[in-house]
Amino acid sequence: MRILALAGRRLAASIPTLLILIAGLFLLLQLAPGDTVDAMLAQMGGGDAKMAAELRKFYGLDVGVAAQLARYLWRLVQFDLGFSAIYGKPVATVIWERLPATLLLMGSSLALALSGGMVLGVLAARRVNKWPDTLISTLGLLFYATPSFWFGLMGIVVFAVKLAWLPPGGFGTIGSGLTGIWHVLDIAKYLVLPTLTLGLIFLAIYLRIMRASMLEVMTLDYVKTARSKGLSETAIVVRHVLRNALLPVVTLVGLQAGTMLGGSVVVESVFALPGLGRLAYESVVQRDLNTLLGIVFVSALLVIFINFVVDLIYARLDPRISAETAGGRT
Amino acid sequence: MRAVFERYLRSPAAVVGLGLLLLVIFMAATAGVFFPRDPLGLAGRPLQWPMEASAFPLGTDSSGRDIAAQIFHGARVSLLIGFFATSVAILIGIVVGAIAGYYGGIVDDVLMRITEAFQTLPNFLLLLVLVAVFGSTLWVVTLAIGIVSWPAPARLTRAEFMSLRGREFVQATRVLGLRDFQIIFREILPNALPPVIVYASVVMAVSILLESALAFLNLSDPNVASWGNLIGAGRGVLRTQWYVSAIPGVTIIITVLAVSLVGQGLNDALNPRLKKR
Amino acid sequence: MTPLLEIENLSVALPAGADRPLALDNVSLSLGPSEILCVVGESGSGKSMAANAVMGLLPQDVRPTQGRILLDGVDLLTMTEAQLRKVRGNRVAMIFQEPMTALNPLRTIGDQIGEMFREHTDLPRDSIREKVLALLDEVRIPDPAGAFAVYPHELSGGQRQRAMIAMALALEPKVLIADEPTTALDVTTQAQILKLIRDLQPKKGTAVLFITHDFGVVAEIANRIVVMQHGRVVETGAVAQVLHAPKHEYTKSLIAAVPPLTAPPPRMLSSEIALDIRAVSKTYRSGGFLGRRARITKALDDVSMQLPKGGTLGVVGESGSGKSTLAKAIVRLIAPDGGSIKLANLDLAKLRGSELRAASSKVQMVFQDPFASLNPRRKAGDLVAQGPIAHGVPRAQAMARAAELFALVGLDPSSIDRYPHEFSGGQRQRIGIARALAMRPHVLVADEPVSALDVSVQAQVLRLLVDLREKLGLSIVFITHDLRVAAQVCDRIVIMKDGRVVEAGITADVFGAPKHEYTRALLASIPGRKLLERQSS
Repeated sequence: MRILALAGRRLAASIPTLLILIAGLFLLLQLAPGDTVDAMLAQMGGGDAKMAAELRKFYGLDVGVAAQLARYLWRLVQFDLGFSAIYGKPVATVIWERLPATLLLMGSSLALALSGGMVLGVLAARRVNKWPDTLISTLGLLFYATPSFWFGLMGIVVFAVKLAWLPPGGFGTIGSGLTGIWHVLDIAKYLVLPTLTLGLIFLAIYLRIMRASMLEVMTLDYVKTARSKGLSETAIVVRHVLRNALLPVVTLVGLQAGTMLGGSVVVESVFALPGLGRLAYESVVQRDLNTLLGIVFVSALLVIFINFVVDLIYARLDPRISAETAGGRT
Repeated sequence: MRAVFERYLRSPAAVVGLGLLLLVIFMAATAGVFFPRDPLGLAGRPLQWPMEASAFPLGTDSSGRDIAAQIFHGARVSLLIGFFATSVAILIGIVVGAIAGYYGGIVDDVLMRITEAFQTLPNFLLLLVLVAVFGSTLWVVTLAIGIVSWPAPARLTRAEFMSLRGREFVQATRVLGLRDFQIIFREILPNALPPVIVYASVVMAVSILLESALAFLNLSDPNVASWGNLIGAGRGVLRTQWYVSAIPGVTIIITVLAVSLVGQGLNDALNPRLKKR
Repeated sequence: MTPLLEIENLSVALPAGADRPLALDNVSLSLGPSEILCVVGESGSGKSMAANAVMGLLPQDVRPTQGRILLDGVDLLTMTEAQLRKVRGNRVAMIFQEPMTALNPLRTIGDQIGEMFREHTDLPRDSIREKVLALLDEVRIPDPAGAFAVYPHELSGGQRQRAMIAMALALEPKVLIADEPTTALDVTTQAQILKLIRDLQPKKGTAVLFITHDFGVVAEIANRIVVMQHGRVVETGAVAQVLHAPKHEYTKSLIAAVPPLTAPPPRMLSSEIALDIRAVSKTYRSGGFLGRRARITKALDDVSMQLPKGGTLGVVGESGSGKSTLAKAIVRLIAPDGGSIKLANLDLAKLRGSELRAASSKVQMVFQDPFASLNPRRKAGDLVAQGPIAHGVPRAQAMARAAELFALVGLDPSSIDRYPHEFSGGQRQRIGIARALAMRPHVLVADEPVSALDVSVQAQVLRLLVDLREKLGLSIVFITHDLRVAAQVCDRIVIMKDGRVVEAGITADVFGAPKHEYTRALLASIPGRKLLERQSS
């Protein structure tokens, strides 16, 4: 109950954040040279001024900025994201179709990064300044320095072109007609490279924080207490260090949810995954600002939701977080 | 200051990082000397493998441009964008973080809501929006990267200020009757700065990666040689001439690695206590 | 009587680059069964290092170079790590100075005490729970069943230390090492914890190695005493002999530095009031957002007191009494909600902005922590000159004045170019005093100015404050938690509790005939009363 109340309060606190964000972006897009109608006309190969005016009226672009913003916010409340002229469908539908691929990619990457980062971080901290630590830390630095799209391309060269173990891109074998477990496995095969590509950089980050956090906790007084109780080093790590050292990593997952979602733009483009990130890229190229704004809105909701879950987990891990000290985590 | 430098040189990783960084700076500085011609101009037969022709030690790409020339000139762009974008991000971050952390209360609430808004938005997505709105010139890209990168340094500065604000030496200057401006910039900031400076290396590494990703998607300035751009151009011939994409990727890794190692070395040199563990 | 624990000629080397080569230099001491041995010394004496050496918990780069540590005749230094683990907690247990940080914040009290049994015995869960509850009852924690399930942050400091003691005594160890276990606690809590250790010790048959810097505490609890200085044992003996007939010069100086408990004869004070504090209040509210119940703390509740010109007014209280809030309100680091703080005709409580900055020169503050109160990045001279410069004094003039002030507070005027870290704790506190004096204040607010210093240094700084008061005609508000210190320098004393004034009067009256029950409790809690009374008679 305490935990839910706390996370709920933080959720409520993110509403003004969301409003600031949407209003800011909407106004920003007003500065863009040319609107959706211009883009449509360009695609159709030109059109006269009368047609443009009619189209503007149809899409509600003929009134003042403030009125457009108010209208937009009101529609957002009803989860109406507008109509995409480029795709010829409501934006919400377009996004809905693209959401699963992105969610799958993020979920698997996060699982990889968190589990790998924690295990390697603990291993490195237990052997600090010995060769396993040096090896793990060096690998971490390399992963961190590697641009994800380049890693993806090289993965395609090695595993798809040279070894032919994995598909070079796409999201499931087209026309395979697979069902059930085989369909799942088929998609999993397509997700291996993208997951590695997106996940490794975050694995490197979590590993570094986990290692530093373990080393920090190991110097605290209560670890000395644990030693004075006669516990073995393993028991000390398992019972008195791990959970405490995990807290900063959990915080970081929340803080970096947005960064990870941003990273999926590039990764989805490399592997031609039909996800939200690729959609964002396409809408920038095609000047489909309605869709772009919709993606921003949905991404923000997604990040807020992830942070809600992170808050729940954090409060579960740390009894000191109580209703009175809500927000103390930031 | 000298003690810090000596401690820095004691770490092999930090020395390697400094060496790599000097190498990249050397490439940027001598690009005009070794490759005076436009790196984006046609130089020879397309798709020559590295070492195939002595004139092109790193080969040519699918448009017949010299890869080595693009690598050297690309170093300029990467360092330039990395440096200026980082300066912008750190500057905004310090000002916002210092004010929020020192004054607290409503000022802090408002500034933190804005910071959170920026952090709730995936930074690369915001970068796309900014580039879509303002175009893809070098300066827009640099500024845009700076603008999407300030929240983390702001939070860090704020945390430092909040802990320093309550320290007795800061209270002492308030009792002496110093003005807020003096207290913030002359008393607290010098003490809050070292971790922020170290964090700047992270911002710089991320900036270089962001620019290369943008260039890879063809959304950065098309008129300058950029490593990311070259990797994107190599995509079409990835199956056979993979070296076109591979070579610039390695230089990006080297540069980002160098910046990270230097940052870590600085951190260890500035906090000798942590080094022992 | 064969000793239970015996340290023989133990030397412990510090890593290269430390301020001295040996942390412990040929230290020998022995602890008999069922006795309480106090190891006394100031900071840097090596007393904690000795305790850690017994536990085998020395820092990584600190190693014993010679000697033996015998427990029941077996040398702990030759044991393997696995053998040592069977000793720790089981036969030798330890409690620490900071009960907050010594307990894992993420696990319940019952869980952490029970871990002792789970690690060293094969008892089933149910009987572990029973044993833990019995232990909690034994250390007199109210509601043991409730305390079993709570986390450390939900207990008070004293209760946390009780839980630590319960944990340490769980397996009835032969030796309990207590490393400054009451230093972080309030006096009344300290008295209770000392009584608890005294009561439990014979019951459990545990010998106690008690590390402390406070001869008052020693007088309360010790059977025998070992005095340490710079890593060496300088004197050993029974409690009566060391306290009343110390042989070594250092021991004598330490005992002499313990403040006596008698008030100085009352001085004639001016009837003029330097600072008139009337009905000041300050309330902190936290929360109150979206269904959260607001918590209201009355840090200052209708507080009034008068500081006579040229006098020293002691404000005494334990943590949470509001004494520090009062200090901050007087120098206007915080704004009081109501009431007035009058300096001549100026009401400090009402000033804002530039008026406040202008008035700031008249009331200055000396802070508690000599390390945290000086900006590490500024030279000592700059720190002293910075106030006058901010108020428009030319730099050269301000620096010259800083050099004069250095001489006045007993520092070498040529050291104005040095950085704070190059000074000792006592010297830093002198810099802090010089910084305050640079503003030529009428009133000096000293917030626990000596509580972070070693006893021998305390006495010097207190003497300096008294001298300056006489020379410069200062009036001083002296905030402290230590009645002994207050007795030495204060003309009048105000006792505070929970944000209110409970008693006020001439120092001799408050000490001689305390009216309020709380004042009496405070006086009764002063460690080493017997020693102090005998000294003063």
